[in-house]
Order: sequence, then C-alpha cells, then structure tokens
Amino acid sequence: MTTALRFDPIRLPSECVKLREEVRAFLAEEIAAGTFSPFKPNREDNDAREFSRRVGARGWLGMTWPKKYGGHERSYLERYVVTEEMRVANAPTRRFFVADRQSGPVLLKYANERIKMDILPRICRGEVCFAIGMSEPNSGSDLFAAKTKATRTDGGFLINGTKIWTSSAHIADYMIAIFRTSPPTNENRRHGLTQFLVDMKTPGIKVNPIGQITGQFEFNEVVFTDAFIPEDHVLGEIDGAWKQATSELAYERSGPERFLETYYVLTELVRAIGPSPDTRAAEGIGRLVAQLHTMRRMSVSVAGMLHAGKEPVVEAAIVKDIGTIWEQQLPHRVRDLAAFVDENASNRETLENQLAFAIKTAPKLTIQGGTTEVLRGIIARGLGLR
Amino acid sequence: MAEAENIVVETAERIFADLADAQTINRDTKGGWKAPLWQALGEAGLPLSWVSEEYGGSGASLADGFAVLGAAGRFALAVPLAETMLAGWLLSQAGIDSPEGEMTVAPASPRDRVTLDTDGTLTGRARGIPFAKEAKHLAVLVQDRRGKALIALVEAAKCRIEQNLNLGGDDSDTVTFDRVTPAAIKPAPEGFDLTSLLLMGAVARSLQIAGSLESMLDISVRYSNERVAFEKKISKFQAVQHNLAKLAGESAAALAAATSAADAFAGGATADAAFLEAASAKIRCSEAAEKAAAIAHQVHGAIGFTIEHILHRYTLRALAWRDDFGSESYWAVELGKRVAANGADELWPLVASR
Repeated sequence: MTTALRFDPIRLPSECVKLREEVRAFLAEEIAAGTFSPFKPNREDNDAREFSRRVGARGWLGMTWPKKYGGHERSYLERYVVTEEMRVANAPTRRFFVADRQSGPVLLKYANERIKMDILPRICRGEVCFAIGMSEPNSGSDLFAAKTKATRTDGGFLINGTKIWTSSAHIADYMIAIFRTSPPTNENRRHGLTQFLVDMKTPGIKVNPIGQITGQFEFNEVVFTDAFIPEDHVLGEIDGAWKQATSELAYERSGPERFLETYYVLTELVRAIGPSPDTRAAEGIGRLVAQLHTMRRMSVSVAGMLHAGKEPVVEAAIVKDIGTIWEQQLPHRVRDLAAFVDENASNRETLENQLAFAIKTAPKLTIQGGTTEVLRGIIARGLGLR
Repeated sequence: MAEAENIVVETAERIFADLADAQTINRDTKGGWKAPLWQALGEAGLPLSWVSEEYGGSGASLADGFAVLGAAGRFALAVPLAETMLAGWLLSQAGIDSPEGEMTVAPASPRDRVTLDTDGTLTGRARGIPFAKEAKHLAVLVQDRRGKALIALVEAAKCRIEQNLNLGGDDSDTVTFDRVTPAAIKPAPEGFDLTSLLLMGAVARSLQIAGSLESMLDISVRYSNERVAFEKKISKFQAVQHNLAKLAGESAAALAAATSAADAFAGGATADAAFLEAASAKIRCSEAAEKAAAIAHQVHGAIGFTIEHILHRYTLRALAWRDDFGSESYWAVELGKRVAANGADELWPLVASR
C-alpha cells in the first residue's frame, strides 16, 4: 500500500482507570460546590481562576513535563484521561487549557532556562493563562502571510501590528506569538517569522474584545504599538518559526477536545428520550454512539502513537477533520431526534438551551486551530497528492 | 495491524497476492482462479484458523485470524474464507470437529431461526447465507423448543439452497432446512445465542470492509496520480484532493472501528463492551463503505464504472458486506436501545471504558 494509515487499537493503560476515578470524584465535588454546572456549557459567567489552581494542586497540569519545572512526568495517555473527563463534564478549563496543551510544551522546547524555571511551575500550579498569537486581519489559515513586525532595538525587539481572533487574550498573562523579523525570500515564503514569548502586561499592548455569535467574548483583537520584548524572549530560531510550528500540531489536532465539544447534547438527548426509545430514536442514538466510539478510538490511537514517540501527522489531521465535522453536526442530528421528545420530559428546557448554544457554537469548530480545508490539504500531502 | 511481524498474515497476504490478484480474477470469466486459491489457503491451514488442532484446525489466535480477514478485505477476496473461519469457530464453541472444505454459517440475519424438533431434525429458513452454494457444510446455530441454543454441523447437500447473488456477485443464498438430520449437534456454551454469532460475524465483515476501503483509497490515489485532464494530473485539483482526503478519513474510521472491535474480542471484553465495539464497528464501517465507494467511483470517472476495471470488486463487495450479520440500521437500533435502557449517565462511562 502506498497510502497506509495506522490506527492501532491502543488501550489506555491500567493507571488511567484509577486516575479517571479521581478526576470524576474531583469534578463531582466542584459541581456540588457550585464551581460550574455540567448542564451549562456556556462558561462565560464563571470565574474559573480558583478552579484552575485546584486542578493544578491535583497535579493535573503539566502532567507530562519534567519534575524540575513543576511537572509530574506522567504519560500523555494519563493527560488524555484528564482532558476528556474535563471536557465531558463541561468544566471551565479555559484559563489553563492552552498553556497546558500547547504553550508549555513550546517553552519546554525553545525557552531559556530562566524563563522555564519562572513560568512552567506557575502553569503547573494553574496560576497563569496563555493565548496564542497567530492570526492577523489578513492572515488566518495562511499563517505565513503574517505582517506584525518585530524590529530590532537595544536589548530586544519592538512589536507593531495587530493579531486577531486571539482566544482568551483578555484574561491571558502571556501570549506565544509569531512576528515578522525578516521579509520572506523568493525561495521560501515561510521564511522570516519568529516565535516570541510576550508578557501581556507589556506597555503598548491593547486588547479589544470581539463579540461572537454565541454571545460570548472569548476572542479578541490585540494591537501592538512599540511593545518591547526582551531578546531572551525569542523562542527558537530567528526567522525560522515555520520549522517549529508543525511538530506541535499533532498534539493539538487529535485530542478529545476535537470531537467532544458538543457532546453534552447527546447525553441530554438520551435523558430526554428515556429508557424505551421508539425505533427512530433508538437508531439515531445508536448511530451517534457508534460514531462517537469510533472517533474516540481513533483519537486514543493517535495519543498512543504520540506516547510511543511517533509523529502521526496525517492521522492527527484526519482525527481533527472528521472529529470536528462530527461535533459540528451532532447538535443538528440531536435536534432531528429531539423533535418528537415528550413535551413533559423533565430536562426538555435544559436540552433546548443546550441545543441553542451548541448550534451557535458549531460553525467555529471546523475553523479554529486549522480549518477543514487546511487539514484536507495536509492529508492530501500525506497521501502523495501534492 | 502489524502485518509485517506476523507469519500467519504474511502467509495469507502472499497467497492473496499470488492467487487472488484482482486484475487476473476480473479477466477470468470462468472462475478458474478459485480452485487453486482455495487449495493454497487450505494447505496453509487458513480456513480453519480459529479451530484448535484438537478439533482439526490450525489453532491460530483470534487476533491472527482477524488480521487475515483485514488482508482478505484488502484483496476483496471472493472465496468463503471468512465464512469457513466463522463456521469453524462456531463449531469449536460446542466442541464439534471441523470437516475439511468450504463451510458457511447460518443464520446470518437477526430475523432468521433454525429450530430443533423433538425428532432430532432441523427446520427453518436462513436468508442471505454467504457462499452456501459453494459450501460442503454449514455450521448452524439452532434453538430447541424451549429456546435453548445448540450448535449443529449440517451437510449442505441435505438442505435446499436457492441461489441468490449479492451486490458483489458472490453467493448470498437462501437455505431451507426441512427436517434435516445434522451430522453433529451439541449444546452451545452457557449464554451463547444468536446475538453472539451475529456480533462475531459483524466484526469479521467490519474488518473485510475496512480492508476493502484501504484498497479503494490506494487505487484511487494511484489513479488520480496517473489520469491527466485539463493538462494536469487530476490529483493536482483541490476538489479531487479534498475528496481523497475524505476517503482517507472514512478508511481510517473503518480501520480504527474494525481493529478496535477485533482487539476487544481477541482480548476478552465484557459483554457490554463487546456489544459496543462490534455493533459500532459494523455501523461505522457500513457508513464508511457508502461514502468511500461513492468517492472512489467519483475519482475514477467512467472507467471505474466499467466491468473491466477492478474498482467494482472492492466497492460492490464493501457495500454488499453491509447486509451480512445484521445491517448498520439493525445494530444501530439495538445499540440505541441498550444505551437508552442504561440511562444517559452511563453512556460516557461505557465509551470511556474502551
């Protein structure tokens, strides 16, 4: 076969079973204490600052990182369990999720020792929130069109320009961003961008919230005007960010958050339909559960390959492609099936509210973190078509 | 699947490559390829993979046998290898020796029943029995008058077999048992019933479908890199690339679902887990078959619609296999009923337990 894809039937190891119980018990306590409601996926009104610290105190942030930086040297598969349980419970993970999944690993790889010793333990304690500064007004999927400039000055760089659609920038302590340090070359249009660590308290940074169709204000415009970044905040190679961006993506693309974002509507549908579904409802639920189970098995398989040190770039892109389309369609399928639910079902209002939110959330799922079109391009390249 | 490291699968793949080449078979309208292929499979002990040496088989593991079925799917194999393996497995459940030669299993549909009468004969009708016309024996799951399950070995010659062909052109026959005396009959193990047989059949068909999808992807990618239109290879058109990426996704989903189910059966999962895995595999692989076959044909254009081209060997079999051992609609209803009966708060724990 020229195109062999691998999805070995990886099972989570036994240490994950106990961990899962611990996470569930912790989340049940948090729900009981009123930190959040599993029935309300709209987390806007929750200040999750303290929740974030309590998750850190449990040792569930920086799980895979070295102990010397506050990490716990546990496996990617254990982290996987924590992530999926948090997602299914609709826990407010916004304050720590990006730092834990993405920013921490970038710092581990590219930051100097002083920065690592300073920031990584704080991420592990759930004290700091990160944002990712990639998109710009005229550079979204086409990352390498970024124009925001980093100009050399005494002891560092001055940043000028605008990032946009930056999730959590309004609450973030730091941003990891790419800025233009040189123009692209004729041979390589990806040349000339550099990755930086940005302290969001730096003078010259203005964050403007942008309202979303869900009614939330999760993403922002971030304007840089002569914002100074010290030399040692450069992450990796000057002009060489394009070499650094790709390896993280397999982690970013294949996790449980890529198919569980709207899972809650399925639970509520099953509750509303009750123990004796008619044929139509039974078939609908059965198909959705089969699809969900399959998605999860694919995602766990990729996690297992990452755990084993492989780089399943195409497999990860496939998980995000079909996972995000599935979670995008899920509220619409649930709506179909809910059409004949008993008017008096006790959770009818909950389901209706959830559906309204999930249907409004759905469009972003196939855009954020790499659009469907970009993913299919990556898959096509992996198949030898490009 | 770890084909390269596995001698059983390696042997099977070598035989398939030598004697089940799609191009050769497609040109051979007289079926001359069948006898040498079956003989080679028999000599390698593959049809009775799941029968221990004690009962006349070669005693391969469930896992190895499942991997052989994946390979068989990649070759769109059109001899009763899966069926004979399943029949041998079924007979072994009751400790019945497996005979030589082609076998198949009955029932292969959730609606059919074969019953044991008080005089020791079998009565009933089983539709859609794959390769019944080619089989020497049938392994039959039987119910006695009190609903107790038994397993019987029956000579095919003693049954009335009406030929019917599935979408792929393979036998999918109606077998009528009219007071047939079985060659052997023994009680099924405690708890073994028609669902147990159908689930195992569903896993087998899922693996075959997943294998055929791998080949559809492979030959579609290859064709797109050869075919030129508008002065460039069609693989360079973004619309074609995206279709092939979707095909890769469906192939990946089928592979993941099927190998996961096979792993669950080989590893001895609980009843609830085995049901989730096998039913999900059959549902998802069948859904994937529809989408993948459509894209594979779309990429190939008119040439893929010709009888001379090999594409139909994969697409039509994958579509046909959806119907065996419970269709995706059947399993979806059954799975949905179980999920609903267990309640909303048990759904995630079940999914996460796998």
